[in-house]
Amino acid sequence: MPTLSELFAASPRDGGWAGFLLAQVGISKPLLWVQDRMAILESGRVHPPGLPSQNLIHVEARDARDALWAMEEGVRCSALSCVIGEIWGDPRALDFIATRRLAVASERSGTPCWLVRLGGTANLSGARMRWRIGSAPSLINPLDPKAPGLPAWDAELFRARGMPPGRWSLAHDRAAGRFDLVAEPRDRALGEGERLTA
Amino acid sequence: MTHAAAERGARPGARLTDARALDPALVAIPADPDGDAALLQRLAKWAGRWSPLVEVDGDGLRLDVSGVAHLFGGEEGLVRDIRQRFARLGLTARVAIAATAAAAWALARFPSPQRGEGDSAKLSGVRENKADRIGRTPSPYPLPAGERELVSALSVLHVSALRLDPDTVRTLERLGLKTIGALMDMPRLALARRFRGAEDVVDALDRMLGRKPEPLTAAPVDLPPRALLKLEEPATHPEAPGQALERLIPELVRQLQERRLGARRLALVGYRVDGSVGVASVATAIPSREPKHLLRLLADKAAALNPEFGFDAFALTAEWTEDLSAAQDSLVEEPSGERDIARLVDRLSVKLGPQRVRRPQAKESHLPEQASGWVSALHLPSPSGEGRRGGVRPNGLNARERASEAASSRFIRHPPPSPSLEREGMRPQRLLDRPEAIDVIYATPEGMPRRFVWRRAVHDIARAEGPERIAPEWWRQPSSARLRDYYRVEDGEGRRYWIYREGLVGDGRGEAPGWFMHGMFG
Repeated sequence: MPTLSELFAASPRDGGWAGFLLAQVGISKPLLWVQDRMAILESGRVHPPGLPSQNLIHVEARDARDALWAMEEGVRCSALSCVIGEIWGDPRALDFIATRRLAVASERSGTPCWLVRLGGTANLSGARMRWRIGSAPSLINPLDPKAPGLPAWDAELFRARGMPPGRWSLAHDRAAGRFDLVAEPRDRALGEGERLTA
Repeated sequence: MTHAAAERGARPGARLTDARALDPALVAIPADPDGDAALLQRLAKWAGRWSPLVEVDGDGLRLDVSGVAHLFGGEEGLVRDIRQRFARLGLTARVAIAATAAAAWALARFPSPQRGEGDSAKLSGVRENKADRIGRTPSPYPLPAGERELVSALSVLHVSALRLDPDTVRTLERLGLKTIGALMDMPRLALARRFRGAEDVVDALDRMLGRKPEPLTAAPVDLPPRALLKLEEPATHPEAPGQALERLIPELVRQLQERRLGARRLALVGYRVDGSVGVASVATAIPSREPKHLLRLLADKAAALNPEFGFDAFALTAEWTEDLSAAQDSLVEEPSGERDIARLVDRLSVKLGPQRVRRPQAKESHLPEQASGWVSALHLPSPSGEGRRGGVRPNGLNARERASEAASSRFIRHPPPSPSLEREGMRPQRLLDRPEAIDVIYATPEGMPRRFVWRRAVHDIARAEGPERIAPEWWRQPSSARLRDYYRVEDGEGRRYWIYREGLVGDGRGEAPGWFMHGMFG
């Protein structure tokens, strides 16, 4: 069900979340991508040649208040495939009411909304799902073992309504359009034996 | 020069000391030609309340008031209205309405002996019936009754009222031709033979009598749809612009519907009593004439107009329109939601500014930061689909063709571009606006990087791929520009970056090559 999801980047200098997010976004309709000024300065501007779709409207907001306003306008528009809003830090404008408004608007219009928090703390929020996404070592590149392969992520769902929280190591299978669990090279036990479909 | 000064004997062109000798109490203020010109420009805009065709003409204003006067109770009413409003501004206006521009110019500036008005010239009105005049056979002076009066009024004026250069005027005076009447009595042929050249006396005479057209310059051929609201009393309350807007929009929409147009740019102009204007304007991404949408776009900006001393008139103009057939404003929503998107873009652009709401437009460039151009979403309603992914887009179209291509594709759905697999993941999702210098440790100067320091944190490179060499664009960049070797690197935690080395050792274009952080992969 389309709703507001909040996504925390494991680190502002880690762009891995973008791949995780874009893997779930439909590209048949235009995408609204809002960035506030600090987000652009600190972690870069959206680069269309790297995106799956060029059908994109980019908004460069002066501050978090403008960014939230633009996101809300976008979320009310059902002709968008998705609204992505990046907000730097913990601005005052971003409170429970603001996130709750986004969640309600998103559920009403059926336009999914992703609130991306860069360098922020997970305080009170109206988001239905809250993720923390970091990059994980990429898959083996079949052509060149020394080169980075397909991306993988360390995804933690730390709050969700109606489902248990969990933590997975994921990679995206583009051909099948789903996320696959990745065998962990680290000490954690293998995932909970489930497969998260996108 | 004020009336009072003129009464005490001061004359234009006289020396200040002479004038002071006549009356020591005279106050001299240095002339401010630039300020006067700016004031005149402002007044010209303000005079748009009487007629849409206003032109600054030397030291006065010229209004084409054909078909306008009845709105103000006839020509007398119009003149009275203009006088009163200028008087309220503290300006003395000398107003004249005549059948031709030259005649009005002369009558406003050269008081005839019997009228004898002596005040500072500022304004002349013109009533032109151009269609009437063109193509008539030039028999001596075939003028209807009203214009006989005009001729008699003009004939007593001095010849300098013809707007000739001083030398010609002097010659005419020497010949004893002091008034326009005397000149009119002369045979045309003799006059034409005597005064040949740029300052043709016959020409000037013809212009004044309407035998030769003298159009206002910059008169728009096709007037934009415009709705006007005049208020009985000046409105000083802040809601006034909003309320005026609500009454003007239906009228404008009616006009747009009649002409099958949709507005792309709208301007609400509020005319204040003190002679200034307040303007609120918005642009839209696709032509629209839906009252609700237009009202919503303009409402905020209209509310921000400051009434100051009060508005007494409002005009809503569709400055830029495009064809919009009747079928398109039906109640059925287009399945693609194209119009929803356009409205969203309108709202975002109005509030945040069009330069902040943009769409990507690929450009012909190898340099990553230039290949991904951005265009205001208002100007590029939807991307034209194919071949937009990564790198160069072979495109020989010029800007106009590209725009029309974008326009034609507005209602055709292109399939989303399919990412070609060999390019997959070759370009980062994010690019820093300005590449940041990093310190890199490498095995050999030309080899793979091993470790780098970015923003004071150390990243060990676990895997790397490259280089992808991007040469400078010699046809665009200076010859000192260096090539870039891009590497896709992954650090120990799996974060993937796009870094590059600028230049080669010994390429003769500067010192040791520097390393830069440019983008992040998702």
